[in-house]
Parts: sequence; structure tokens; C-alpha cells
Amino acid sequence: MTTVTFPPVLVIGARSDIGRAVAHRFAAAGHAVILAARRASELEQDRADISLRHGVEATLVEFDVLDTGGMADFVAQISPEPQIVVSVVGAMGDQAESESSPAAAALIMRTNYEGPALILGLFAERMAKAGTGTIVGVSSVAGDRGRASNYIYGSAKAGFTAFLSGLRNRLADKGVHVLTVKPGFVRTKMTEGMDLPKRLTAAPEEVADAIYAAVGKRHNAIYVRPIWALVMAVIRSIPEPIFKKTQL
Amino acid sequence: MMRREVLTGWGRYPSKPCLVTAPRTESEVSTLARHGGVIARGNGRAYGDSALGGAATLDMRRMNRILSFDPATGVLVAEAGLLLADIITTFLPRGWFPYVTPGTKFVSLGGAIASDVHGKNHHCDGAFGSFVEWVDLVGADGKMRRLSRSDNDPLFEWTLGGMGLTGVILRAAIRLRPVESGWIRQRTIVAPNLRAAMAGFEEAQDATYSVAWIDCLATGCALGRSLIMLGEHARVEEVPDAFRASPLSTPTKKKRTVPFDAPALALNRYSVKAFNALYWRKGQGGPEEVLIDWDSYFYPLDAILGWNRIYGRRGFVQFQCALPLDRAEAGLIALLTATARAGQGSFLAVLKRFGAQDSRFSFPMEGFTLALDFPANPKTFALLDQLDRITLAHGGRFYLAKDARLSASTFHEADPRAAQYRDLRRGAGLDHAFASAQSQRLLL
Repeated sequence: MTTVTFPPVLVIGARSDIGRAVAHRFAAAGHAVILAARRASELEQDRADISLRHGVEATLVEFDVLDTGGMADFVAQISPEPQIVVSVVGAMGDQAESESSPAAAALIMRTNYEGPALILGLFAERMAKAGTGTIVGVSSVAGDRGRASNYIYGSAKAGFTAFLSGLRNRLADKGVHVLTVKPGFVRTKMTEGMDLPKRLTAAPEEVADAIYAAVGKRHNAIYVRPIWALVMAVIRSIPEPIFKKTQL
Repeated sequence: MMRREVLTGWGRYPSKPCLVTAPRTESEVSTLARHGGVIARGNGRAYGDSALGGAATLDMRRMNRILSFDPATGVLVAEAGLLLADIITTFLPRGWFPYVTPGTKFVSLGGAIASDVHGKNHHCDGAFGSFVEWVDLVGADGKMRRLSRSDNDPLFEWTLGGMGLTGVILRAAIRLRPVESGWIRQRTIVAPNLRAAMAGFEEAQDATYSVAWIDCLATGCALGRSLIMLGEHARVEEVPDAFRASPLSTPTKKKRTVPFDAPALALNRYSVKAFNALYWRKGQGGPEEVLIDWDSYFYPLDAILGWNRIYGRRGFVQFQCALPLDRAEAGLIALLTATARAGQGSFLAVLKRFGAQDSRFSFPMEGFTLALDFPANPKTFALLDQLDRITLAHGGRFYLAKDARLSASTFHEADPRAAQYRDLRRGAGLDHAFASAQSQRLLL
């Protein structure tokens, strides 16, 4: 009899609804999971849940996406060594506040771009040396075109999307797969209270299913609901003189 | 953050605009419990307005973590938002099944406790609450208390079947049943009338599971004709050869979905009568004993996702009462006669023998329970008022998990425990803290 071992998966930003769903999805398929978050010890119940439900090893690890100085040590010390790293880190912030407060804007930029890009970059380096591995970055449709209502967040996501694209390009022949995920609207804690159109809104579990499938098929970039590809194609194609007068 | 949402129960009647929020942690629940006028909502499978918040509704489905399981005792500790379906998915492969399950696996643990739901084994095992070891309850002050069966705490007893009105059930420990397989041995008994059906239940008191489908449109000497379905968990050696190697896994079935609301006329007295007659005839011919998988046996309707839409946009209402043993026959005859006369045939009518149960506020009592469903329309409401009066006249009471429209006076007249519960709630300040549209309607 041969035993199949599934490579460990690191979920960065595991406290979020999408992070939790992603961890469950990979664990259900037999992967060991490592949950990384700030105040990771608070996620003990999630850890127990994943481990009990799916019969896999689940561990917690402390991680702060703003602590760029500690990232090299984090990558060097993490055990077991993850073969798949998924970053679902993100924060929407308050657009109006970000417009007038550089500190607030910087926090959004760092949380959505600087932090996730740097940590995934470090893991990618290690995977490139090993010649194998998968990097998954959860970006956003908001990064496809800057809009008045959320361009601070959107610009950071645009940077992250571009980073992932470049990383994929560089590592394409080094055995490392890079996946960009644009979920569209998702029913999460972050969007609770917003009035979201049903057809365009996914459940966190749907996002997790899409990520799991895309990793297996080695897709490069996905929208979780295919309709978003169409929506964003339209939004991107509107000429700037018209676009600047719209309220989207 | 709260979102505005028009909520209904499973019957899609009544509906109410509610402020809804989905807590993820104990501290969030604690803060929300102090909001006032809140009710916890599980998966929305109560039929009426039990889980429509007075001022705010806590959607507990994000609190669905499995926290521990002891394979030596079968005790599972989990958060209240966990669904029975998830318990089965996780633990049936390890040889465990819920001790008590209602007719759908899509209920939450918290909802099952709050409604003290019953299953086809009530006559021998009691209701869901019998297998609850302890409950973590968040009270009006936002503080969490662990209430144990072993402490004989009255609040624990009121919480089982208390419709979420003692506080927010955060987590619970329940005992699971060890099973050898995922298969059920089902035996069908044909009962040509009500008396035969009731006698059939008495003869089958040793069966683990028993329930009857009853043709509520049959009249005259066929009044109450039923198919009684008995069930036993199959032992390994009883599992079909093809599945014996892994007896705990059964073939998965395709789920079907009702894609749109049926027009109001689709279910009328003729189509329902035809369905009932057909079902009756089908029950006659088959073999007496068959082996079926757990999902088909316990949850035939779960295979059709969104089956509540067959009643159309206006929704439907359930009627379920329990009648004491000594007056059950007269009461059932009166209820079935009134239903058949109104021509408001119920698509699904279920009869079940309850065992004895002595609890603070739970629905079951020793006797018989009858469940009927009807499209929500003025004719139905007139019939239901009539059924209420018949139930009252025979010493019966009503199931709040099904109710959408009882009047407070009828409810209090049927159940003197309601006044005790109301007084207890007032005394402890729980009436302001925890309220549903139903508790407000019934003056609990």
C-alpha cells in the first residue's frame, strides 16, 4: 500500500472568513494546515475544529503582516515547511479617512500590498531554490481599475496583482506556481452591513473551493465567479473621459 | 456591523425586516447579548417566526466549530451554529450518529436544543435535550455560564425547549449514538384506518424508530389510513454485500433544487389528493422490509433543496400538536375530519407516538403528535383556528418550532407552563433581553 502525503498549507490571515474557509478546504482534502495570524493563540478553537473535523495536523503560528523586519526569521523558522502558501491578508479601511490621513492610507497600503507582497516574495525565494511550491495571493477586483469609492485600497490591490503577475513570470520555469485570486464581493465580516448584489456575491466557502480547484489545475489568475471577468472587462474598457464622470 | 434583511422561517411566512449580525467569537456574542431584544438564529429551519429577532437577530452560523470529541463516551462539544449535517459528515464515518434528529439535517445544534426537537425515536429515547450534557449560555448581562445536567439547574432545564429565550446558546456538549453502519432496516406497516394506525404504534413500541405518513384526505372508514414506517440501525452483517467492506459510508445521492416558486395553484385539493392516493397505493405493494441509507430514511425532503418553494411565494404554515394518550383518538378523528372537510389537504401529514416526557417547556408529551402543512392563505388560517380549538378541547398543546400564527390566548390556555416561563423571564430581566417575533406575539 502506498500512502499519499499531502503537502502542508500555510494560510496567512487565517482569522478572516476566507482564511478559515481556505484552511478547511485544504484540510478536508488531507493537507496539514498552518494558521498564521496576529494573536494566533485566539484561533485555538479553529485549530481544534480543523484538526478534529478533517483528521489532519493543524498548527498556529504568530504572524504580523506589518512586521516586515521579522519576516525573514518567520520564513526560516516555520515548521512544517509549507509547500503551498496562501495569503488572504487584507483590510478595506475607510476611504474617506484614508483621503485625509496619510497614516490611515499608509496602513491600508502596507496591509494590502507591502506586507503580503514581501512575505510571499520570501516564500517564493525559498520555493525557487527547492524547485517546487505554490504561491496564492488573494487580491481584489478593486485593483483592476481605480475608482473614487475605494482607490486607496484598490491601488494597493493593483500593486499586489502586479507583483503576483511579475513573480509568476519570473518563476514560471523554476517549478513554482503563482496564482492570483480576485474574489469579487464576498459575504464576510469585512462586508457585513453592505448591500451586495446576490449574483455577484460569493460565500467564503465558494472562494475556498475556487482556490483549491485553481491550485490543482495550476491556473494563473481567477475571478471566483466568472461573471466578474465580464463586469471588470466592461469597467476597464470605459474610456477615461467618460469613466471619470461615472459613479461606480 | 448590523445588516438589514427581511427574514422568514422555513415556511416563508411571516416575514419581517430584521437587523442581523453574525458574531464570530464569544466576546462578540457577549456584547450583542446586552443589546436587548435579541434572538439567536441557527439555520432558519423553524417554520414560523421563532428566529426573527425582536430588535436584532444573531446569525449564529459562523460559530460552528467542533471543539472536542471523546470516542470513549461519544460526547461531542461544539459551537451552537454547527449543523447536524456536519456532525453526521464528520462522525458517521467514525461510527457515530446523532441520538435524536428531526426530519431535516440542516438544523443547527443551538436550534435543536432551543426547540428540544424530537425524532422518530421519541417513544424510546426522548427528545434532543435528553442527550445534552451541558450548555454554555450567554445571559442578559453578557456573561457566559456553563449549565450542566448534573447540577439540576432550573435554567438548564428551561433552556432545553426554551426557544432561545433564556439567553444565547453558545456551545454545548451532546452525546452521540454508536452505530455499526450507515444503513437502516425499514419495515412498513399498512394501517387501513386511524385505529389500526394507533394500534400499530402500540405494537411497535420496541422499534427504535417509528413514524407514520397519514393520508389526511381519506374520509369515512378510511379516515386516518397510514403507512407506519419502522426503522432499526442495521448491524454490519445486515449491510448489503456490496457495501459491507465500508458499512459506514453509503452512496451519495444527487441533490435536486426547486429552482423557482411554484404558482399558488400548483398545490390544490386535486393534486394533493392525487399525490396522497398514489403514495398510499405505492406503500401497499412494496416488500415489507427494506434496507435504506440513513439520508433517505431520516431526511427524504433534504434531497430536494429549497422544497419550501413548492408552496409558492406566499409561503406555507405547519400545524403540529401533541395530544395526551387518553384523548388522542377522539382528538385525531376530529382534526382529520376537519382537515378533510376543508379540502385543504396537507401535502405531508405525519403521525407519531410520543413517549413520556417531563420537561419545563418542551413540546412533547406522552400521546400522539400530528403534523400537517398548508399553503398560507385565508382559508388555511380559518381551518387552523378550528384545529386549534379541537386541540384545546382534547387537552393538547402546540409545537413552537412549527408555529407562525397562534394567538397568545390559545397558546397560554393550551400550556399553563407558558405563564410560569413568562414570570421567570420577567423576574430575571430576560424578557427585555431576549425576544423573538414569536415570543412577542405569544406574550412570553
